[in-house]
Amino acid sequence: MIQIKNLHKSYKMGNSSLHVLKGIDFEVEQGELVAIMGSSGSGKSTLLNILGMLDDLDEGSYTLDDVLIKDLDETKAAKYRNKFLGFVFQSFNLINYKTALENVSLPLYYQGVARKERQEEALKYLSMVGLAEWSTHLPSELSGGQKQRVAIARAMASKPKVLLADEPTGALDTTTSYEVMDLIQKINEEGNTILVVTHEEDIAKMCKRIVKLKDGVIVEDKKVKQVKAADYV
Amino acid sequence: MFSRDRWQEIFDTIRKNKLRTFLSGFTVALGIFIFIILFGFGNGLKNTFEEFFLDDANNTISLFAGKTSKPYQGFKSNRRIEFDNSDLSDIKESFPFFLEYITPRISRSATVKYKNEFDNYSTRGVGPAHQFAEKTIIMQGRYINEDDIKNKTKYAVIGRLVARDLFAEENALGQFIEIGNSIFKVIGVFQDDGGDREERYIYIPYTTRQLLEKSNDKVDQIVLAFKPQLGHSGSLVFERKLREFLKKKKSIAPSDPNGIFFRNRTDQLKQNQQFADVLQLIVTFVGLGTLIAGIIGISNIMVFVVKERTKELGIRKALGATPKSVIQMILQESIFITTISGYIGLFTGVFVLKSIGVSLQDYFIKDPYIDNWTALFATVILILFGGIAGYIPAKRAARIKPIVALRDE
Repeated sequence: MIQIKNLHKSYKMGNSSLHVLKGIDFEVEQGELVAIMGSSGSGKSTLLNILGMLDDLDEGSYTLDDVLIKDLDETKAAKYRNKFLGFVFQSFNLINYKTALENVSLPLYYQGVARKERQEEALKYLSMVGLAEWSTHLPSELSGGQKQRVAIARAMASKPKVLLADEPTGALDTTTSYEVMDLIQKINEEGNTILVVTHEEDIAKMCKRIVKLKDGVIVEDKKVKQVKAADYV
Repeated sequence: MFSRDRWQEIFDTIRKNKLRTFLSGFTVALGIFIFIILFGFGNGLKNTFEEFFLDDANNTISLFAGKTSKPYQGFKSNRRIEFDNSDLSDIKESFPFFLEYITPRISRSATVKYKNEFDNYSTRGVGPAHQFAEKTIIMQGRYINEDDIKNKTKYAVIGRLVARDLFAEENALGQFIEIGNSIFKVIGVFQDDGGDREERYIYIPYTTRQLLEKSNDKVDQIVLAFKPQLGHSGSLVFERKLREFLKKKKSIAPSDPNGIFFRNRTDQLKQNQQFADVLQLIVTFVGLGTLIAGIIGISNIMVFVVKERTKELGIRKALGATPKSVIQMILQESIFITTISGYIGLFTGVFVLKSIGVSLQDYFIKDPYIDNWTALFATVILILFGGIAGYIPAKRAARIKPIVALRDE
């Protein structure tokens, strides 16, 4: 599903430049649930942003679902993001003046799906995350865990090839974190490919594979025995 | 532009961001409103000015006769020149291109009596055109007409104050008064914006005046008007030609500065026009200033609105919004809001101006107004700049990477 070869990325900081990713080689198969770990500054979020086409790469190649991702202008990137990717952020990033249902249906709006169909589809995904009865509520009326579940529903609504989660549990307490991970595991069991960036050991163990980054290179890449989040909920 | 879905998305956004919508709408409406009010007040000021200074027609030239100061063609100097009726008809015949109207004026002071009331008044023997030269306003009855001139009728048109002095509460119209030693019938009462002195005149047909003075045909003053479209310079040409014509007719040395005197009102007209122009300039300047202030106001609010939405735009982009759709959304929304509120400001402003009318006359503002085109033009300009002011930050916002926009807290 994802092939990355010899990926480099550096940021200009005034006169000096900061070399963040120093040659990453990395592959992800269909249906995997991968945790990307590392301390802050290790380059894990940068890697995820490049995977999410939110940022561009300096060197190397990136292939997603057999499509070589390069020379993206903003319009093309927007189309690919809409077609291939779903995002879940640490800070949820819901649009605060839209209801849960409207937030979930937004990616479908950009896919050009008709209004009625959009709402039905969005409601389906909201019920999947167990929030159907909260559909008319604004994000400010939801708890952190509920917000993240809305965000996951939104990410899934566009039927992405890959779900990218950047510290999805970073702003949540332990119990809520496990609830969210339980949801992510369920989505993964339906055959979806998911990448989770985290620095929490217990969250990483709930994935099927852990990739550890340090100073811009992969230092460890191993399959692990998945801990079921449901056992803790 | 006409996609129903996109409109729905925009109405959604507007409905759910009432404060923001109100702020930007209010700025636009206020900008237009103030522009219209100030511009209208400027026009009101101009109205007052015109009423003050443009009392008499100002395309007139007055001709007086005097004594020559040079001998010419066998005539000695110090000869008295007199106008007569033939001068009127000669000028009329010779200058049809320049002349709008012509009237003589024979001024005589006389004691005027009605029953037991009497006083001294200035009478003026005039032709019908004199009404236009003085901008005399008839309150009752009528002015001197051509028939009166032909039949040498003993009719008088008296000023408002003459009527008040002599008749008090009585209706003057149709009554008979004694002017000098002759009886005249009052056929009209007039008022004049020129003040009390002007309302103490009595107008009679000039031919009647001549009849009373041993049936002569002398005229002591000629008042004529040139066609206004000639302007100041045209009137000077007319004046020069007229001077040459009359000097030749009356055998006055061409180099003689005396004999005939002219008083051209256009000098005054020119000054008044200049003053009016300056006033217009100030009005335009104030209007332009307000408009620019309005544009800056809208630009500010648009920049602020886009800035405030940076994160939202980042989210939208992460979800698949193209830069084009982001720009379109912001533009469409801003133009929609500015158009609606622009017209609200426009109509409120025009309505307020209309309802002011003459109520601010004490402050020299009379009948303030704004012509439709100026108002509409200003509104369109403001909407246009509202759009541009929205477009620039929207374009920048659409270009920044979603990752940067998402980091924006």
